[in-house]
Amino acid sequence: MSVVEIQKLTKRFERGDVVALQDIDLAIEPGEFVSLIGPSGCGKSTLLRVIGDLIPPTSGTVTVNGKPAPRARADHDYGIVFQDSVLFDWRTVAKNVALPLEMLGWDRGKRKARVDEMLGLVELDGFGDHHPWQLSGGMQMRVAIARALAFEPALLLMDEPFGALDEMTRERLNGELLRIWDASESTVVFVTHSIAEAVFLSTRVAVMSARPGRIADIVDIDLPYPRAAQTREEARYFELVTRVREALHLGSDLDAVAQ
Amino acid sequence: MSAQPVAVQPIPRGALSRRVGGRALDWVPALVVLVLVLVIWEESIAIFDIKRFLAPQPSAIAANFWDNRGELLHGGWFTFQEAFGGWLIGCGLGLLTALVLARWRRLGRALMPYSIAASAIPIIAFAPITNAWFGPFGKTSKMAIAAVLCFFPVFVNTVRGLTSVRPSSIELMRSYAAGEIDIFRRVRFPTALPFIFTALKIATVLSMIGAIVGEYFGGAPEALGVLINSRNATFDFEEAWAGIGVACAFGIAFYLAVAALERLALRGAPSTEE
Repeated sequence: MSVVEIQKLTKRFERGDVVALQDIDLAIEPGEFVSLIGPSGCGKSTLLRVIGDLIPPTSGTVTVNGKPAPRARADHDYGIVFQDSVLFDWRTVAKNVALPLEMLGWDRGKRKARVDEMLGLVELDGFGDHHPWQLSGGMQMRVAIARALAFEPALLLMDEPFGALDEMTRERLNGELLRIWDASESTVVFVTHSIAEAVFLSTRVAVMSARPGRIADIVDIDLPYPRAAQTREEARYFELVTRVREALHLGSDLDAVAQ
Repeated sequence: MSAQPVAVQPIPRGALSRRVGGRALDWVPALVVLVLVLVIWEESIAIFDIKRFLAPQPSAIAANFWDNRGELLHGGWFTFQEAFGGWLIGCGLGLLTALVLARWRRLGRALMPYSIAASAIPIIAFAPITNAWFGPFGKTSKMAIAAVLCFFPVFVNTVRGLTSVRPSSIELMRSYAAGEIDIFRRVRFPTALPFIFTALKIATVLSMIGAIVGEYFGGAPEALGVLINSRNATFDFEEAWAGIGVACAFGIAFYLAVAALERLALRGAPSTEE
């Protein structure tokens, strides 16, 4: 059973009569790491939100874990990470990570044990009593990831999580994310506008084109895991980066022809 | 939620004494200014032979305060009770109206114009009216004036706070299938709290002003505003000035008490310093 199954999905925004997504078909299997990449305005963030039932589709079906998306949201089937870490300043790091567990009604002892475990996973042991504003941007993002994975959802949705970070931090967190993905055995849908990031992380890269947003191509990334800093220097890596870049340009050329 | 990357610092523990010491040092410039002003005031009255109905010497005011401290402090306490009652009522209504407005937009639109109109009430003209409504000698009429003054800043700030939640915070809560009540309790209210406390602090000082203005149009004989007014009328300017000093002291103490409450409620927030 696919973790995410999208069929004939179309999303039209009434305001401005914009077709954000058109005829999207995509199936994501358990354990996959799928990146959505495309020019700004191609609807990749919208697609992520439709999967998470934060935006309703205009037509078509979205199932998560075999359930309709609204049911999956009610059942806490996914965790989500935004570009802005969305940590609450009035809560300590530990309490931010515990937020979804509180919503699920876990008792204090169980919450604490899991929070400690999650802070260990993102290598922030000992930072539980800090407040978010005392941490660097990269550390804040790790807290957001710990919070998203705290209740062990089958699916992790990430909306340009490293977009606001500097290149060095981004590359380090890319490596850490792969380690966390491996350890947590979750499925990831990852929105990005960085080709290098998409190729380095993913099992598959879905290249989108804009106006209307659709999936122009899907590139299989056959680089072996575990991937490390050297991966970024391999010939095959560059071939795949080129392949994704060409798919992106082809997508935007089609736009130009259409207009 | 702060996106600013900042250097990682450990939470300072056991450094309380040093911080209190630092705080005390912060007060030094203000104290120097106070002493300078008092000295210049004292001396210039003697040098330029300023009439005592224009401004008595600080030393004379202080001496007068000491002689009449029982009467003055009792009056200040009486007036403070009026101010405090009005503060509670005004802030309570301001909060309530803001909550209703933020929750039920339609009802909010019906109430909004009147809430704004409340801020436009010329308070001096209003004081004789509340005296007529509630009787000039009780505390209720002064509470009414203080309440009207407190209402608006609390109302406006609370609405601002409740609606300044970032969309991504709401999306995060919705991803946990959170309902309106959970979103309010865990996101909206904590986000609004610093805004609310700012207004509550402004309202403390306003409530003292409201109570004293009200007393100028008639009040209990023991009330501070009545006392200041009657001492002015009988050329007892030293005690009138001492009364003003007592009113300030109560206002400042009220403000500091709410500021302390704020620090307690918002501990852990990035900045509660002003």
